[in-house]
Amino acid sequence: MANVLANIFGSSPVQPLEKHINIAYKCAKQLHGFFAASVAGDWETAAEYRDIIEKLEHEADDLKKEIRLHLPKSLFMPVPREDLLELLLVQDKIANRSKDVSGITLGRKLQVPAAIAEQFLEFVDRNIDAAKQARKSVRELDELFTVGFRGAEVELVAGLIEELDQIETDTDEKQAALRSALFAIEKSLDPIDAMFMYKVIELTGEVADMAERVGRRLELLLSH
Amino acid sequence: MEAQYIYIGLAAAFGLFMAWGIGANDVANAMATSVGSNALTIKQAIIVAAIFEFAGAVLAGGEVTSTIRKGIVDASLLEGQEELLIYGMLAALLAAGTWLLIASSKGWPVSTTHSIVGAIVGFAAVGIGVDAVQWGKVGTIVISWVVSPLTSGIIAFLIYMSVQRLILHQDDPLTKAKRYVPIYIFFAAFTITLVTILKGLTHVGLNLNLRDSYLLAVAIAVAISLIGAYFISKIEPDKKAEKSAHFHTVERVFGVLMVITACGMAFAHGSNDVANAIGPLAAVIGTATTGSISAQSTLPVWVLVIGGGGIVIGLATYGRHVIATVGKKITQLTPSRGFAAELAAATTIVIASGTGIPISTTHTLVGAVLGVGMARGIEAIDLRVVGRILVSWVVTIPAGAFLAIIFFFIFKTVLP
Repeated sequence: MANVLANIFGSSPVQPLEKHINIAYKCAKQLHGFFAASVAGDWETAAEYRDIIEKLEHEADDLKKEIRLHLPKSLFMPVPREDLLELLLVQDKIANRSKDVSGITLGRKLQVPAAIAEQFLEFVDRNIDAAKQARKSVRELDELFTVGFRGAEVELVAGLIEELDQIETDTDEKQAALRSALFAIEKSLDPIDAMFMYKVIELTGEVADMAERVGRRLELLLSH
Repeated sequence: MEAQYIYIGLAAAFGLFMAWGIGANDVANAMATSVGSNALTIKQAIIVAAIFEFAGAVLAGGEVTSTIRKGIVDASLLEGQEELLIYGMLAALLAAGTWLLIASSKGWPVSTTHSIVGAIVGFAAVGIGVDAVQWGKVGTIVISWVVSPLTSGIIAFLIYMSVQRLILHQDDPLTKAKRYVPIYIFFAAFTITLVTILKGLTHVGLNLNLRDSYLLAVAIAVAISLIGAYFISKIEPDKKAEKSAHFHTVERVFGVLMVITACGMAFAHGSNDVANAIGPLAAVIGTATTGSISAQSTLPVWVLVIGGGGIVIGLATYGRHVIATVGKKITQLTPSRGFAAELAAATTIVIASGTGIPISTTHTLVGAVLGVGMARGIEAIDLRVVGRILVSWVVTIPAGAFLAIIFFFIFKTVLP
């Protein structure tokens, strides 16, 4: 039997969005183990990490589709539906980039040159930090909905996003340093490997870029 | 003589069935919010609902019952053919019951009140004559169906805005919640107690003047508020739960408030909806025993007891399952939001009950939920369902009327 009161509530997008960023972060987090193994030349372990990344990326994708299905235009929400869908899209890209970069690396068995290995792993970790901070910010969504996107909670989230921006700036600096370090040794590398190494650095950096865009999207919600 | 017993027996059976249906279905709306937000367990909710639905029905259900019983049909036209009113009221009960069964099986969100009022207007207009309907009164009732969800929506909007401003937007929401929630408890208790005292207690033999009524309401509200404050003072922040949800402890403070508003909501529901079941029953009993409609017989309290009892039975047999199901689905209504909706709805309903206007308690609650949503308090409201409520609102009245007309002519031919 249908009940009016039960049906009047559309399915809330908040919990699913928080769940989605959680999966996206977990996906990015695997890059640490993946690249640690690849630097060590342990391609078997790297492949295992790659499997986990792929599985998580699929999971994020499925959840993304499900959330979209449950956000029909007839929903009345305190924030525009489009903004929530955009947020979902950039969250999903964190997982996508993690999958792309691990795919290219494993596909070519691309060995990070020993001279920049340590610097590169630091760079990867910083990108994961950015994804983690994005997750922390998105996890405030339910509180934001509770307070109607006003008051002390908004300042708290604005602070989290600012921190996220700083982490992203930090990854940009690390990326620039890493590129010049690679430039210094590129003549000693196989030319195609060197080209792909640049590509891998760029793709890894996009994880933090996407995390930063999650922050931008959240900020848009705050300004309503 | 024998015919009278048949009439009363039939009316009692139909009325009890309606009361059962109200208890089984509609009470869930009043209680599920508290269960969904873990302010009450199901067992506690059943007990609270049983006590306050019954109290509401018996103490404050008289005015609305009287409206259904003799406010819609103009009895002066029926001198000499009183049995028409009996057939009509039986037909109205059966029609409303049937329509509710059809609608529930199809999943349409229809209102018990709209069904019964539509049915009574239907049999009176067609079975007796268009002049037999007190159109002025009916007009007031229909307008109140628009006004009551609007009013409760606006009240809920204002209450929730005040909660945001005073508590949720602050740096230390917990301290602020502990300070302000007892004040909200006072207002909730005051409103409901006052209306009960002003409108309800007369027919249990207690007559207070206006000043004493206010004083008594203030005294009771202060007492309840102090009890609430005691329970609130015992709430300690749960650091672990706070980590994932900052408002966890704040919501627990609101949970105390929600127990009070749930009582108020159950009381308000009982006071307004019991009339849908026993208003026609009272009309049949009055007419059959005195042989005249215009007799100024007062409503026997035992009829209200039958109505209240029927609701409680419905609640105990079937309502508990509905409460559990609905409670699980409305988790968006956290205590801070739920109390705003409940308090607004209960206030609106209790005032309507005091004035004798039969309104839809469910629609009033839906209006209140929309009000909280307008204050940006609810994550997602499905506007399609709101649209369906509007459609069923419009369909229910002619449907109830049509069925009542059919049953009326059947009873007229079949019954002695």
